[in-house]
Amino acid sequence: MAGDAISHRVVVTGLGVLAPNGHGLEAYEAALRGGVSGIRFIEKLAERNFACQVGGVPQGVDELAHAYLAPDDLLAMNDAMIYAAIAGIDCWRDAGLREIAPDAPVDWDTGAIVGTGIGGMQTIGERLIPMVDKGRVRRLGSTMVEQVMCSAVSAKVGGLLALGGQTTTNSSACTTGTEAVIDAFHRIRTGRIARMIAGGVEGASHYTWSGFDAMKVLASQSNDAPERASRPMSASASGFVPGSGAGLLMLESLASAEGRGARIYAEVIGGHVNSGGQREGGSMTAPNPAGVVRCVRAALAEAGIESGEVDAINGHLTATFADPHELENWRHALDVDARRLPPINATKSMIGHALGAAGGLECVATVLQLHHEFLHGSINCEDLHPKIEPFRASVVQRTRAFTGRTIVKSSFGFGDVNGCIVFRKWPS
Amino acid sequence: MTEAEITEKVIALVTPYVKNRKALSNITPDTTFLADLGINSARLVDIVLAFEDEFGIEVSDDAADSIATVGDAVALIGKLVP
Repeated sequence: MAGDAISHRVVVTGLGVLAPNGHGLEAYEAALRGGVSGIRFIEKLAERNFACQVGGVPQGVDELAHAYLAPDDLLAMNDAMIYAAIAGIDCWRDAGLREIAPDAPVDWDTGAIVGTGIGGMQTIGERLIPMVDKGRVRRLGSTMVEQVMCSAVSAKVGGLLALGGQTTTNSSACTTGTEAVIDAFHRIRTGRIARMIAGGVEGASHYTWSGFDAMKVLASQSNDAPERASRPMSASASGFVPGSGAGLLMLESLASAEGRGARIYAEVIGGHVNSGGQREGGSMTAPNPAGVVRCVRAALAEAGIESGEVDAINGHLTATFADPHELENWRHALDVDARRLPPINATKSMIGHALGAAGGLECVATVLQLHHEFLHGSINCEDLHPKIEPFRASVVQRTRAFTGRTIVKSSFGFGDVNGCIVFRKWPS
Repeated sequence: MTEAEITEKVIALVTPYVKNRKALSNITPDTTFLADLGINSARLVDIVLAFEDEFGIEVSDDAADSIATVGDAVALIGKLVP
């Protein structure tokens, strides 16, 4: 934190979520509590000969889009931008800020970091490439750039809400959403801005998922049983289930939140992002364990807490070969025996791996669990992986009440990048 | 095709792009796409493509640049329609 004056406490005052298993906070919380899977058979994946033919896609989006957005907006929005807009509008309203309107004044005190992993692949695959390859560039119209630019998702949210602070998109593969929240936290903590909408978004294009399918990292064994396909920590896990959606949080300085009498869900007390350098066992596609351990410890250090104060963990846990390594890295980072690891759960067991949106959706899940005092069960891990067996007591398999104060959430991504954030319950 | 028919189709084609929805209720030939209807200027490109598709015409860039009002569009299309 060299050079940064640390003076501001940062709290979460709004949440917006569009997940494969629920839109809106009530539906998402109920789905998490109930172990409701949002994974479904996807016809297009079967037609295109994907090994994995299931995915997590938010439902009812066409109707929502028309309820939330004007016709001229929709003419220039791909699915990722629509997801971002719905969650962004929900987050803003949940935070109790001024009415959203085309003539609303610019809010110079709010910015946005809305990340995405792959970007506007739907537009690129379905429109841009086919038209350009036919020599029909002129027929692309005016709306290509704003849909394929990486910052499409943050730009759309910024325009709808009239944000006057920094409005940007970060991208760090599967760490993206969590990194966005951590970066926003640090912007507010150091006094640069009062509020930021932060999190991640990912569209549901089969073009986005194709490369993962070719890598053989997607679940291909449960096409006939979609709800059982996403199996983090399970012995029978065969890869991750691709997901999509948007999860956004309104982070705000405590002074600003108290000044306007905002409802506070939780406090962000620390966060860290780093990389393992793709050395010491790390690579483009696998984390260096030393990087993970340093990341978790740095986040706890910034939070000013000891490992014994971690009451629960929301893991990255995708259902690949990496899950057992993740548990071991947590054990090492917290310096505890396997039996003493804090309770840990995997939101991806219900929504799949939403790539750039994963961290956002899971940070929302983490804050909901803290605020509403529960830990959601991880479904589909009755048959724990043998290497996770020593951690059995820590794996949350059934939803239960939770009275802890602190949940740590981590995300890891291609490029050997890590993010870890510490949320603390706000006393009601 | 009559001028009234062209006008009706032009209005239908631009309607999705109109931000100032109130202005839709009393459109005249002098109604401007940008100032009156509040259409984002970048979208004029898409509107011209929509005219081309609907009327089976080709609009040159220069001709497209000359369109400012509903009346301009109707007159231009009237000249180009086969």
